[in-house]
Amino acid sequence: MSQHLAQLHGAGHGRSGGHAAPHEPVLVGDTRARLEQLFTKYPTKAACLLPALWLVQEARGWISEPAMAEVAAVLGLTPAYVKGVVTFYTMYHTHPVGRHFIQVCTTSPCGLCGAEDTMKALLERTGCRELGATSPDGRFTVMEVECLGACGFPTPILVDDDFIEDVTPDRVAEILKRYP
Amino acid sequence: MGYPHPSHPRETVVLSRYFGDAGARSYRGWVERGGYAALKAALGMAPDDVTNMVKESGLRGRGGAGFPTGLKWSFMPKNDGKPHYLVCNADESEPGTFKDREIMRWTPHQLIEGCAIAAYAIGAETCYIYIRGEFTDPLRIMTDAVAEAYAEGALGASALGSGKRIDMVIHRGAGAYICGEETALMNSLEGKRGNPRIKPPFPAQAGVFGMPTTINNVETLAAVPHIVTRGAAWYKALALGNPKSTGTKLISVCGHIQRPGNYEITLGFPMKDLIFDLAGGMRPGRTLKAVIPGGSSVPIMNAAEVEDCPTDYENIVAHGSQLGSGGMIVMDDTTDMVYQIWRLARFYAHESCAQCTQCREGTAWTTKVLERILAGKGKPEDLDLLLDLSENMTGKTICVLSDSCAAPVVSGIQKFRSEFEAYISRARKPALAAV
Ligand SMILES: Cc1cc2nc3c(=O)[nH]c(=O)nc-3n(C[C@H](O)[C@H](O)[C@H](O)COP(=O)(O)O)c2cc1C
Ligand code: SF4
Ligand code: FES
Repeated sequence: MSQHLAQLHGAGHGRSGGHAAPHEPVLVGDTRARLEQLFTKYPTKAACLLPALWLVQEARGWISEPAMAEVAAVLGLTPAYVKGVVTFYTMYHTHPVGRHFIQVCTTSPCGLCGAEDTMKALLERTGCRELGATSPDGRFTVMEVECLGACGFPTPILVDDDFIEDVTPDRVAEILKRYP
Repeated sequence: MGYPHPSHPRETVVLSRYFGDAGARSYRGWVERGGYAALKAALGMAPDDVTNMVKESGLRGRGGAGFPTGLKWSFMPKNDGKPHYLVCNADESEPGTFKDREIMRWTPHQLIEGCAIAAYAIGAETCYIYIRGEFTDPLRIMTDAVAEAYAEGALGASALGSGKRIDMVIHRGAGAYICGEETALMNSLEGKRGNPRIKPPFPAQAGVFGMPTTINNVETLAAVPHIVTRGAAWYKALALGNPKSTGTKLISVCGHIQRPGNYEITLGFPMKDLIFDLAGGMRPGRTLKAVIPGGSSVPIMNAAEVEDCPTDYENIVAHGSQLGSGGMIVMDDTTDMVYQIWRLARFYAHESCAQCTQCREGTAWTTKVLERILAGKGKPEDLDLLLDLSENMTGKTICVLSDSCAAPVVSGIQKFRSEFEAYISRARKPALAAV
């Protein structure tokens, strides 16, 4: 957990406003109804923290500090506690990311089968300067991640929620076309 | 079967029978293939009889530690008036392991049925299935399948009309290898950071939400319906010479191999045949150099150790490693062992939850020293330093992630020492830029 997204890219680019915009509540309407539904499935409200954070990220693309405070208030937790949890997990974004978020596995089993070349091709073709940075057009952010649990299909990547197997450098351009 | 490849005649196909068969995914499809008969039968038995049956079968945990499953279930208190929980560990993040993903993708009801039987046996009304956040397809498929099982009355207030309540909840992880460790997973499920807990108390005394809990791996639970339907004696007879290792095991084979995939073997199957026959062996002109047989957390085996090793719990230990999760990472003669070991150490350094000093510092320092060696800046005393560090990281921490980082390092230096020395003596060109 040492190398977190937050340290890796400058805030500002990407979607849905920066830090300056006033916080519009996320846990309202349908999203709130889905959260309330979850309360019935766990003996504590705190257990709904990870699901609530997923709901926020789904709605806004990332989890801002005011959003963390809102989640904390709804679940009866402190903002500091929520932030501690958010930053523990690699999949929650604490800064805006590109329109499409790409995760590429480079752990040993994939590494043996050329994952680093796939990662380089992804960086090159998306125009991302470096891992964790968003492309100048705001379209992509590429992250290197550890084993995705699909080592028999090197190299697996996740583009947003699409899990794509057997990605080789020569397939990269064709795959990226699907994500305008 | 060796999905994505056709079944090999030497496999023993039980759990993987319907991999690749999309028709098996729906409730109806599963019932047509004989599904839910085991749950029906189990609900007609006394819970303890179900546990005894699993004990009798010899089934052991497939998540890594190999603990006897029936025995684990029997640790759950009786008539204590507290809610009990079953947790299914679907966090599958051990490098080299990709079997639970196929069970969930192709046969979601096989897992739901296994979970329901286990929940009944341990007196739990609720089962949480914790699936790693990156598994978007299994998450979707399992969520749909659970909803379908409720709609068909297999789950809910009266599972299959038995009058027994069995609820099932899919819980999504959010990216953290350590959450596969059982007590870290429980913390994560409670909405906390995924830090492993000090044991005791053990989960059967105080697990998730402080209540008696049993946690099992996906593959372990998926085996349960077959044991109930075909009997403990049938399962126990699935063994090749070693009565302590019974049943079938999915082995994920990856790395330098012609046909990567999941192969289902009877425990005791020759490792060499698994690699060279079932999985198609090395690429043309290549020879086998090393195998990490149980996911990245176990010692590296060299080709000689693989030669006559039966694939089961005890025999792999006798041949210098462990069965672990059954994720087999194969490396041929082109492999730079030092580089691969460094990459694994970097994995553990990245995934350490940082609670224990030996682990936090040890994984980072090990990675740095290996980096220095690869950059052509190694010193002769670095190998002793690495062994020393590893020694300090073994058996001294809250969980075994720390030990897992030491395993490839120690075995790597023991078995492939000359490769390290080649970098240190500058006989070999640096593989990394200077740091
Ligand atoms: C660092 C670490 C990671 C683990 N990851 C997993 C995992 O992803 N899946 C799993 O089933 N078990 C994993 N385990 C093992 C679990 O702690 C636990 O032993 C297992 O879920 C018990 O189920 P079983 O008896 O059915 O094998 C891990 C253990 C450690 C120490
Ligand atoms: S050994 Fe490492 S991962 Fe395990 S509890 Fe300690 S610091 Fe965390
Ligand atoms: S190592 Fe890449 S998916 Fe496992």
